[in-house]
Amino acid sequence: MLHIPCPWCGARDQHEFSYGGEAHIARPEDPAALSDAAWADYLFMRSNTKGLFLERWRHSHGCGRWFNAARDTVSHAILAVYKMGEKSPTEASGETKRSES
Amino acid sequence: MKRYSIFSLARNALSRHENWSAAWRSPDPKPSYDAIIVGGGGHGLATAYYLAKEHKLTNVAVLEKGWLGGGNTGRNTTIVRSNYLWDESAAIYEHALKLWEGLSQELNYNTMFSQRGVMNLAHNLHDLRELNRRVNAIRLNGIDSEILSPQQVKAFCPIIDISPDLRFPVMGASLQRRGGNARHDAVAWGYARAADARGVDIIQQCEVTGILREGGQVTGVETTRGTIRTPKVAVVVAGHASVLAEMAGLRLPIQSHPLQALVSEPVKPVIDTVVMSNAVHGYVSQSDKGELVIGAGIDAYHSYAQRGGLDIIEENVKAICELFPIFRRLRLMRHWAGIVDTSPDASPIIGKTPLRGLYFNCGWGTGGFKATPGSGHVFAHTIARDEPHPIAAPFALDRFATGALIDEHGAAAVAH
Repeated sequence: MLHIPCPWCGARDQHEFSYGGEAHIARPEDPAALSDAAWADYLFMRSNTKGLFLERWRHSHGCGRWFNAARDTVSHAILAVYKMGEKSPTEASGETKRSES
Repeated sequence: MKRYSIFSLARNALSRHENWSAAWRSPDPKPSYDAIIVGGGGHGLATAYYLAKEHKLTNVAVLEKGWLGGGNTGRNTTIVRSNYLWDESAAIYEHALKLWEGLSQELNYNTMFSQRGVMNLAHNLHDLRELNRRVNAIRLNGIDSEILSPQQVKAFCPIIDISPDLRFPVMGASLQRRGGNARHDAVAWGYARAADARGVDIIQQCEVTGILREGGQVTGVETTRGTIRTPKVAVVVAGHASVLAEMAGLRLPIQSHPLQALVSEPVKPVIDTVVMSNAVHGYVSQSDKGELVIGAGIDAYHSYAQRGGLDIIEENVKAICELFPIFRRLRLMRHWAGIVDTSPDASPIIGKTPLRGLYFNCGWGTGGFKATPGSGHVFAHTIARDEPHPIAAPFALDRFATGALIDEHGAAAVAH
């Protein structure tokens, strides 16, 4: 089980959290204007990165808040957590979003 | 290929079984092939076999980064069934089941396919209604399926507890008698041997690191054993589908999760069928060695680690002990995980991609083993003719843009 550091409550067992999948997928500004392929891309296509992955968690049995985490999908190590709306650690340090393991 | 038979067994017994020939060659990769299959699991090897047998395409290589059947083929709970709700799914899984029924003879390799029945339990009125609906839909597709009363469940599987005061009482079940188990390694090895005999090169310890392309057409692959040219690349890599797609500049609607399974210490024959329960989230059968083979659920998060959390195992074991009090004092021997490639509608993705000559067969998620022969058969057709097999056509990647999803979330043995 993962031990997840909630930015508000501190480290807790994974049991208290729900997973939200890939982070930083912005809802299109004007969904009606999208082609079917662009809508499918927003709705279904995912990076599913092997290595450093930016993802969402919700502390559903704690403070109830959403936040983002940078986690390695091979080692499961959580390298950083940051609040919604904040820049990702990779973006802040100028690296690209996707990183190879 | 030397045929296996009672006579070859007797003959080799005379020399203490020291002179069996290798089941397949281990050739070095050639500079080019007519087609390359990435992934030497059951699906990839089956694809190679049917390419050679049905489409006479024998200048084919199967590239495997580890060893044959070392991924999900060797990590699943070996259940075979075709009791799916929707017509498209019924067609492909039943196609597979029919191939399973003659597979040992066709491959001259004992896949230990055992049609011991697959039983899905209902624990409340809603479960029972849902199972009735499914059984009716399945029967309309000409596939065997029936509803059992609690007494019939007890008669079919005597160790199950059907007392009405349980937390999850057994109110009935659906049963597919033609379902059952097969030996997972044997499926990979049988297809490998038969494909090799028809001229397919099976190359292990050869990882694909890049997909070469020129002007929208695939031209080859980069591997850890050099560059190999080919006009057709067929990717069948289960959990790593997104990683291979990224090499070709594509994104897939796939999310990779660990799925765990476990086995108990071996005991004498105690359960001669497969029992699944959606509500308590567990499924169990007994291997020929006597171990109980138990399947758990997926971990919530994405992973490529081939290991999951122990909390998932705890929940799973609780469920199994609730249903089968007789198992409570059994010790567990091993648990492991495979990385499953889940798709948004819990149905596979089979077919062409925007890149000419690149084909994907992925998204089987938590239940690909049962489909191995059918998946390979229709995928081979799709590759050889560059057009989808009629059974594979509904599973094309473009269904996520057209909206023609095949929602089989309810078809899993348990809610994954």
